[in-house]
Amino acid sequence: MKFGIVVFPGSNCDHDCYHAIKHVFKKDAGYIWHKDTSLKGYDCVILPGGFSYGDYLRTGAIASASPVMNEVVGFAKKGGLVLGICNGFQILTEAGLLPGALMRNRGLKFICKHVPVRVDNNSTPFTVKYGKNEVVDIPIAHADGNYFADAETIKRLEDSERVAFRYSTPEGEATDDYNPNGALLNIAGITNEKGNVLGMMPHPERASEPELGSIGGRGVFESIISALS
Amino acid sequence: MKAKVYVTLKKGVLDPQGKAVMGALKTMSFDEVRDVRIGKFMELEIDGASIEKEEARIREMCERLLANTVIENYRIEIE
Repeated sequence: MKFGIVVFPGSNCDHDCYHAIKHVFKKDAGYIWHKDTSLKGYDCVILPGGFSYGDYLRTGAIASASPVMNEVVGFAKKGGLVLGICNGFQILTEAGLLPGALMRNRGLKFICKHVPVRVDNNSTPFTVKYGKNEVVDIPIAHADGNYFADAETIKRLEDSERVAFRYSTPEGEATDDYNPNGALLNIAGITNEKGNVLGMMPHPERASEPELGSIGGRGVFESIISALS
Repeated sequence: MKAKVYVTLKKGVLDPQGKAVMGALKTMSFDEVRDVRIGKFMELEIDGASIEKEEARIREMCERLLANTVIENYRIEIE
């Protein structure tokens, strides 16, 4: 089992993901340069957080036109597991692999803090190791995490249980007070129709070791590992 | 030829930057301002002879990269 971490100019959570997979979960991992045109040998592709292309034009927009993204789209279409974290989520929406868009936070500020996140769907390859409606502590670090999609898309996402994660109170209530960025219906992470592509704003790789203050993100990696085993 | 591309947020899409700018204008006593929406303006220098053909190409550029049609509209002017 091998994880591939795509490196765009401006990615800055690529090493965090590599560390989590290689040293915490003891699985094979490698970097994939954004100009590479092959994903051969990889079982799961991660688009990490960061500021690809300096967030020019729109977050994730220019990265979505990188040569490697053609391969990532093909990989996803064939059922390969693709995880986009933060900027990776933004890139996935820009590339059309996930619906909607991530807009500027409603408070305009960059928010970097631990937040409670509720697991709404624990039957995806990225969440099976969590309990249904379990609330976990995972940090966010973004200025553009305000999820938006038209009403029809939101209905489709809700009807097919494609909202994997939602910002909530520690008790599991998705209230506006606990919505850090204005995301519609407190959406923090969604999957594609087939369930093999997940985009999420919280950073599970930053919550995989007790030394980092939380292990709430471990479930994401443990779920992928179990799905690939 | 030169093309101008205007990218604006769709109606109903929240524009917190516009709101913040409006707040600042009000603070400066420009009380008549009812709303501010912030968008993008791009100038493209294009090698091409046919305006019709290039307009279709620029439209494609907007659809695929220059605008995000989930949240934005675009308008093209060719000179």
